[in-house]
Amino acid sequence: MNGYTRDNADPPYLFPDYKATQTRSPSQPLVPVAQTLSEVTGPVYGDRPVGELDHDLTRQHEGEPIGERIILHGRVMDGDGRPVKGTLIEVWQANSAGRYRHSRELHPAPLDPNFDGGGRTLTDDQGNYRFVTIKPGAYPWGNHHNAWRAAHIHISLFGPAFVTRLVTQMYFPGDPLFHQDPIFHSVRSERDRDRMICGFDLSETIPEWALAYRFDIVLRGREATPMVH
Amino acid sequence: MTLPTPSQTVGPFFSIGLPYEGGPEVVPPDHPDAIRVGGRVFDGDGEIVNDALIETWQANPAGRYDHPEDTREEIALSDGFHGFGRSPTDEEGGYEIVTVKPGAVPHPDGGLQAPHIEVAVFARGVLKMLVTRLYFPDEAEANEADPVLAAIPAERRDALVAREEGGRLVFDIRLQGEGETPFFDV
Repeated sequence: MNGYTRDNADPPYLFPDYKATQTRSPSQPLVPVAQTLSEVTGPVYGDRPVGELDHDLTRQHEGEPIGERIILHGRVMDGDGRPVKGTLIEVWQANSAGRYRHSRELHPAPLDPNFDGGGRTLTDDQGNYRFVTIKPGAYPWGNHHNAWRAAHIHISLFGPAFVTRLVTQMYFPGDPLFHQDPIFHSVRSERDRDRMICGFDLSETIPEWALAYRFDIVLRGREATPMVH
Repeated sequence: MTLPTPSQTVGPFFSIGLPYEGGPEVVPPDHPDAIRVGGRVFDGDGEIVNDALIETWQANPAGRYDHPEDTREEIALSDGFHGFGRSPTDEEGGYEIVTVKPGAVPHPDGGLQAPHIEVAVFARGVLKMLVTRLYFPDEAEANEADPVLAAIPAERRDALVAREEGGRLVFDIRLQGEGETPFFDV
């Protein structure tokens, strides 16, 4: 049995520019431990069936949501570039006006009666996934003066093991708000941040219907040597 | 080698996409061996965290994981038991799952690990999944011998042993400061 690589491009827990990390990051160093059967197993498929239309956020109501309709697709791979098959992907996002359907949301932008903003799907045998949604708007938040989140879609994946679990955010190319978004910049290198930005994908657009973006996701891969020691 | 996609916080609005009905029920509440496991999540100021998501992963009572990597066919899986739980915290910072006590599972060094539940913590202000473990108060001997608990400084180990209180097991999670929960680099 081989464990999972610890290589990652993840942000630090404490990133003071993102204020909430100041009281929510551990002050003690993480305790390094060997991966055991408990860590290399995990809830691969989640625990509930995925409905036929769960991947289409534009068809959850009678009418269609307002906004720029987009196809969001890509492939989920492990660190060796192999497809991660049959893994659950969950997404959530703001509507096209930058408003989340949530009781604690304070942004006075309109709710869209035809848009909830949540979706799920499983990757296919090649690791591919596909959502239909609308492009989310930017929205203001209280982190600092005149703070705005760059437009993003939250993405949650399980992968094959407890330690491959990933929650990330996908951003759109050329967003003018990147420079002042500390959550985006908590990932310290530009090369790593670039892997959170999707690419416009003309080949998957649907003429006279929707634009398309491609976002490939890479989960932690296997160590080259067995974990038994 | 392909470079991994970086982690980001779940943010404050994950309830649009992640919690689901039955998520906290690893077993049905009327299961004869059901136990309730829960607690509250606190930040470094001692304030409750009412926008965290707790996920749990565990073996069945016989110590078998419902996963292709656990190839010990001689230990039976439990019908309908997958071992995954998910509970958002409520307005008081509380979470709770309904489950059964897992059996002991092997450690790669040989020998058994004490019964435990893997716990993942996500929240606004948490940029990457925090991983910890819940151990059981009625397993003092096994806990003493557990190689993962042994990796933690002795004075911090008690924070990973749940306490029995009012008919349930209480496992509070302190993200920072006094009584900070030990988190693992796995």
